[in-house]
Order: sequence, then C-alpha cells, then structure tokens
Amino acid sequence: MSGHMNLTLKVWRQKNTQTPGKFVTYKAENISPDMSFLEMLDVVNESLTRKNEEPIYFDHDCREGICGSCSLYINGHPHGPKKAITTCQLHMRTFSDGETITIEPWRSAAFPIVKDLATDRSAFDRIQQAGGYVSINTGGVPDANVIPIPKVIADEAFNSATCIGCGACVAACKNASAMLFTSAKITQLGLLPQGQPERYSRVQAMVAQMDQEGFGNCTNTGACEAECPKEITLNNIAFMNNDFFSAKLFREEHAHDHTGGE
Amino acid sequence: MSEFKQTFNSSLGKKLIMALTGLFLCTFLIVHLGGNLLLFKNDQGFAFNSYANFLTHFPPIEVIAYLLYLAIIVHAVYALVLTIKNRRARPVGYAVQPKSDASWSSKNMGLLGSILLLFIVIHMSDFWFTYKYNNVLGFKEYRTDLATNQTSVSDYTPPVADFERSISTENNVEIVRVKDLHARIQTSFSQLWYVIFYVIAMGAVSFHLLHGFQSAFRTLGWVHKKYTPIVYFFGTWLFAVIIPIGFALMPIIYYIKSL
Repeated sequence: MSGHMNLTLKVWRQKNTQTPGKFVTYKAENISPDMSFLEMLDVVNESLTRKNEEPIYFDHDCREGICGSCSLYINGHPHGPKKAITTCQLHMRTFSDGETITIEPWRSAAFPIVKDLATDRSAFDRIQQAGGYVSINTGGVPDANVIPIPKVIADEAFNSATCIGCGACVAACKNASAMLFTSAKITQLGLLPQGQPERYSRVQAMVAQMDQEGFGNCTNTGACEAECPKEITLNNIAFMNNDFFSAKLFREEHAHDHTGGE
Repeated sequence: MSEFKQTFNSSLGKKLIMALTGLFLCTFLIVHLGGNLLLFKNDQGFAFNSYANFLTHFPPIEVIAYLLYLAIIVHAVYALVLTIKNRRARPVGYAVQPKSDASWSSKNMGLLGSILLLFIVIHMSDFWFTYKYNNVLGFKEYRTDLATNQTSVSDYTPPVADFERSISTENNVEIVRVKDLHARIQTSFSQLWYVIFYVIAMGAVSFHLLHGFQSAFRTLGWVHKKYTPIVYFFGTWLFAVIIPIGFALMPIIYYIKSL
C-alpha cells in the first residue's frame, strides 16, 4: 500500500514485577500514518499473537485522551513528542518511515511494572483517597447557582480538574516526583467554596500519602508541565506548598490532623 | 516536638529548608559584593583592609557569619538527602535520555552546587581561615594626615606575636595598623589558574541562581501574577548577571594589574 510506513520498535518487555526486563526489537510493518500509536501497537500485537508469541502489554481504555489509562515513554517523552496529547491521541504521521521508536514504561519506584509497559499506578489512587474529595452530607439538592464562584476561580479550578492522573508528570520528572498530580487535585478542590472545610487537612493528608508512596521531591524544573497532556501548570505546586505551609504554621485546628480528618 | 519533626521531615518541609537557606545565602551575596567593591578602590587596600578588620571585630557580624556557615552546611546536607531520595524514587532509569523541555540549569543544580561547595571550601580556607586562624598575614600601616587627607602606606611589623590591630591619632595624623588581606588577594589573583577557577565558580553561581532564586519562591508557594515577574527579573538580572559578573571582575582585574 502506498504511503504506509515501516518502523522498528524497541520495546521494554518484562514478565512481571520481580523479573528483570529487557528491550526486544520488533518490526511494525504496513502502518497507516493515520493510525494512533496504540492502534499501531494493536497491529504489532496481532502479528505477535498469530506467531503464538506473547503480545505486548500496555494500558489503555477510552482512547480519546480523557481516561488517563494510556502511558508509554516514547523516544524520551511521556506520551510521545507532541504537546498536550496522550499516547492514544498520538498519530503515526508524527514519525517518519523507517524510524526506530523506543518505548519504555513509566520509571518510578512508586509505579512498579506489572508487565511490559503496564505499571501499577494505584499510588495515585491512594493519594486521591487520602483527601482528594469533598464530603457532602445527603439532603435536599441545592439550587445549581446558590454558591457564587467568580469566573476566574471557576476557570482555574477547572484547569486543575482536567488532570487525568496518567502519571506523565512523574515519568517526565528527573526526580520522579508526583507533586504536579497531587497539587492539581489539591488546587482543584482548594479553590472552590465546597472544598474549604477540608482544605487544610486535605493538603496535609495528601502530601503525607504522596511521601509515603516513595515519590521524589520537586525541584521546579518544569518538565512535568511541559509533558502534561492536560497542560497542568507548575503554579499548582506553588498553591499546594502555600496551603501546606499555612496549614502547618497557622492552622492550629488542623495541627494534629494529618491523617485526613478522621 | 513531633509536629515539628513531621513538618520538616516531609518532602515539602525539606524543600522549605532548602528554599530558606538558599534565599539567606542570596542576601549574603549582595552584602559580600557590596563590601568587596572596595577592592576596586585604588588606595593600596586601605578601605578594604579596614573593612575586613571591621567584619572580624564586630560581634553582630560574627553572629551572622556563624548563621551563614550553618546555612551553607544545612543547604548542602539537605541537597544531598533530597538527591539520594530522588534517586531512590527512580531505581531503574530510562534508556532514552529525557528530552522534556526544562532549562539546563534546573536539571543540573546538584552539579552546580557541588562546584560551589568546592569553591567555598577553597575560598574560605584561602582568605577566611588565613585571616582568622593562620598567623601568616603581614600588617600594613596607613597614616592619614587629617589636615590634607593624604594617606601614606608602609609595612608594619607588630611588636608582639598576638597583635590584632590598632587605630590611633598622633599630631593630627590617623594611624591605622591592620592585617594586610589585600596583599594576600593580590598574590592569589596573580595566578592564572586561580583566576580561571574563580571565573568558572562565578559561572556556576550564575546558573545556580538563575534557577534557584525563583525556584525558592515557588517552593515557598509565593507565586503571584503580579509579583512573580519581579522575582524572575531579580533572579535573572541581579543574581544571575550583575552579582556573578561583579565578583568575577575582581580576580580578572587583579590579574591584569599583576601583569
């Protein structure tokens, strides 16, 4: 077929968490430039299955850039070289015919490899569960606009809320820090009126959980915001720091309340 | 106590210590450069030697000096602790080096900091230690005629071994006898390798602070639409340009003078 591409893939294969992995080279042949990166891997996997070989494991779900399931560290970039997209939104036309593409899993002690390119990102779930919520008692449904929220605040909160928790920030960070993710969740809720009652216990609980998971420490390089598919900004981290220090310094009512408000 | 421990043992607490010690060291640089501009005065070291004498004999300065040494040590130790933790957070690295968009200086703070620590050790052993604890420096006598304001200089040999300094006025002539650190600087800065080392170290200061100054404010959580551009402005122009160039000019000019 004309216009189709042939590529060489260097893929990280690892049987399970305990077994050491290695790179295996595969040929991806007859790839349409209009395929997504994951569809290209589907084609490779079909040929592997036909040859009775183990297909390459990778995480995916919605394939429209909103679920945060897909990952892949492609040629030195989480989610590939293009800005503000996830791997499922990356098209093969980004690459050139004959190119060698190196595909690695997210590298972080807190994200152990399950198999091949699939990592266990439940550390993010535990950070979220530590305080990334708003407790609401049941009762009558309030009117939609009963709580006034300034437009700029609503916009900022929504920008932070677009974080899909994919872990690209951790993958991109030279320190494997999860502060962009954690701070996006803290900022999203901390900006809104509904998030105020738990604001200062939330930040302490989520930071404590983040530390416990074994992520690294932010040095403000900005690699995370450059690679984030949702363009979450570094300013979220500053918001988190601010809330954390004011909680520790000035909020006596939360002083012994670092476990999440119980 | 455990509440404090918990705060400062957290990731953000350690970063806070890095930021605060770093900013304290930044303010020191301003004072240090300001004082050392006296080296550019063409008075055979009278102003500079008097200044050095003042710094070493004024108690409040002594207190701040020890805080400063403490800040350097704490900054370096916490940097080491954080770096070890960060390494542990990624035990298996990538085969393809990360190509993410981040400034060179932000990715090499450890390297730049190590150069600076080496520099500080050499710098302090050469001038600070020599001045305070090593009895190798000579003395200068500056005689200023208070009527004409003319100053004459001569070497001075102290009558006792533990002589520190003396300031007296006789017949309308002010006589200042102080340790001659200026001569030591002239000797040190007449060696080319020494000058090159100093200039490289000042380059490291520049890149370290280009990232470090604004990063400290981010760590403190002080990011604001109106004020952050001001922080960037000072971080870039004052701390990464003016201060390193000002310091680097000292060895360069003294080297050229020595030729």
